[in-house]
Amino acid sequence: MDWYPLWNSLRIAAIACVIVFFSGIALAYYVARLPRILKGILDVVLTLPLVLPPTVCGWLLLLVFGLQHPVGIALNEAGVRFVMTWYGGVLASAVVAFPLMYRTARGAFESFDETLAWSGKTLGLSDTFIFWHIRMPYCKQGIIAGTVLAFARALGEYGATSMLIGYIPKHTATISTTVYQLWRTNDEYSAFIWVLVNIAISAVVLMTVNLFEKRSRERRRPA
Amino acid sequence: MIDISVYKNWGSFTLDVALHHQGGILGILGASGCGKSKTLQCVAGIETPDDGHISVGGKIFFDRKRGVDVPVARRRVGYLFQHYALFPNMTVEENIRCGVRSSTRDLARKQVTSMMERMRLTGLETLKPAELSGGQQQRVALARILVNEPDILLLDEPFSALDSYLKEKVIAELKALLAEFPKDVILVTHSRDEAYQLCHSIAVLDDGRVSAVGPTKELFANPQSRAAAVLTGCKNIVSARKSGPESVFIPDWQVTLHTGGRPVGDDLCAVGIRAHAFHGGEGVNSLPVVITEEIEQPFEWIVKFRYPRQSLATSDIWWRFAKPDRPDILPDRLTLRGDDILLLYR
Repeated sequence: MDWYPLWNSLRIAAIACVIVFFSGIALAYYVARLPRILKGILDVVLTLPLVLPPTVCGWLLLLVFGLQHPVGIALNEAGVRFVMTWYGGVLASAVVAFPLMYRTARGAFESFDETLAWSGKTLGLSDTFIFWHIRMPYCKQGIIAGTVLAFARALGEYGATSMLIGYIPKHTATISTTVYQLWRTNDEYSAFIWVLVNIAISAVVLMTVNLFEKRSRERRRPA
Repeated sequence: MIDISVYKNWGSFTLDVALHHQGGILGILGASGCGKSKTLQCVAGIETPDDGHISVGGKIFFDRKRGVDVPVARRRVGYLFQHYALFPNMTVEENIRCGVRSSTRDLARKQVTSMMERMRLTGLETLKPAELSGGQQQRVALARILVNEPDILLLDEPFSALDSYLKEKVIAELKALLAEFPKDVILVTHSRDEAYQLCHSIAVLDDGRVSAVGPTKELFANPQSRAAAVLTGCKNIVSARKSGPESVFIPDWQVTLHTGGRPVGDDLCAVGIRAHAFHGGEGVNSLPVVITEEIEQPFEWIVKFRYPRQSLATSDIWWRFAKPDRPDILPDRLTLRGDDILLLYR
C-alpha cells in the first residue's frame, strides 16, 4: 500500500489552510472598511470560487498559470511551476477554500462590538494590540469554524486540483484523485480503503468542530 | 476647562453644539437621539466633526481651521461607555491592566492592586466581566479608566445598564468618586434625577442643538425652553402668549394666569407648570377645575383635571401631591403661585 496520497493531501490541505487563514482574515478585515461600492465588487470576486464549479476555477487557474500563458511562462522561467506539481495543488485548494474562510471571518468581524475597539483606543492601546488581544479573541468562534471548514474543503478538493496538477503517482496524487484513478482502473479494494481513510479524517474534523462548539457553549453559560 | 464648538451633518441629522464649561461636572441632558452621545464621541475623537474646535484643559483636541485632529489614543479621555465596554475575554485584573501606562511590570502590578482596593474589587481578580453584577462591572470600567490617568472623564449614560434598585446606590458611589476627581467631567444622561444629583451645571440638548444651559438649580427653577422644561420633568407644558405686563393667556385652557410680579417677555411661546405646583388654598390664580381621574401611586396621588372651558382636543392637566396631604374631599378650585409658572421662550 502506497500512503503517499495521504501525506500529500494532508500537506496540501495544511499549507493551503495556513495561507487561507491569514489572507482570509486580512481581506475580511480590510474589505469591511472599504467604501460600499468597492466593497460590493470585491465581495463578489472573493466569494466567486465558492459558487463556481471547481472545474471552472481549474480552467481559470490554467488560463493564468498554464505554460502557454504569459504569467505561467514567466513564473516557469523563474523556476516556479504550478502545473503538474504538488504545490500547484496548494494553489488550487487555497483558491477554492478561500471564500469559506473569508466569509465566516467577515461574519465574525461584523458581529464584533466596535465600542470595545473604541474603548481600547481611549485607553491608549495600539491598533495591533486591539486586533490580536480584543478583536480576534472576540471573533474566535467564527474564525475557528472558518479555518476548519477551509481545511476540510482543501482536503476534499478534486476539480480544480485535477485540472491543474493532474494525477501523477508519488508526485501529485491526492486522496481524491487517487480514489477516482483506482475506481477507473477497477481496483475496488484499494479505492474502498481510501474511501475509509477519507471518511475517518472527515469524521475527526467534524468531531473537533463539535467539541469546540460544546466547550464554548459551556463557557458561555452564566456562573 | 472645556471649550467645545462642533458642527457635523449626517444628512438626516445635524449636530451643532457649542459648550463652554469651567470646572466641575457638566451634564448634557437630552432625549434619545438628540445628539448627546455624538457630542461625547466628538470630544473623544470617535466622531470627527465637519467643522469647529474642541479643547479640554487648555489642550487642543480638534481644530478644523488649524488642521488639528489628535488621534483618540493620545487624547487621554476616560470614556465610560453605556454598557462599560469591558473586554469579555479578559479577567477583571487583565481589563484594569489594559489601562495602566507605567512601563515597568512591578509598578503596573502595584497600580492595579491599589486601584482594585480603592474600587472595592479585591477578590474578583480572576472573574470575567460576564460573571459580575452591573454595579461591579461599572466599578471595573471606572478602575480601568482612572488607572489610565485621564485629563477628562466622559460618562455616557452611566446608570442606564443598571437595575433601578441598584441605581441609587451606584449614583451615590459615583458622586463620592467624582468629588475626588480634580479634572473636568462630562456626564451624558436622559434622566433629570441623575443630572440634578451629579452635575454642577447642565446643558439641555434638543435635536442636535443646545436649547438651554445654566447652573443645575437655576436651570430647574427656570428651564428657559420647552425642551428643557420637558427634560427637567415638567408635566404640564402648554402654548401661551403674553396678555399683559405680568400675565399670560393660555388659549388651550382658556385661562389667564398672573405671574406674581415677574415681567413677561414679548416672545413668550409657552408656559410650564410642574405637577406639584398646584394647591387647594386661596390665591391670585385660584380657578375652578373639573377632576377627571385619580391615580394612586406608592407614595403619591396623581389627580388629573381640566379647566371648565378647556378645549376638548387638549390633554388633562396633572396635579401631584404626597399621600398624607390628601384632603377628605378634593377641592373644586386650584391655585397656582405666580412664581411657579415657568416662562418658556423657545
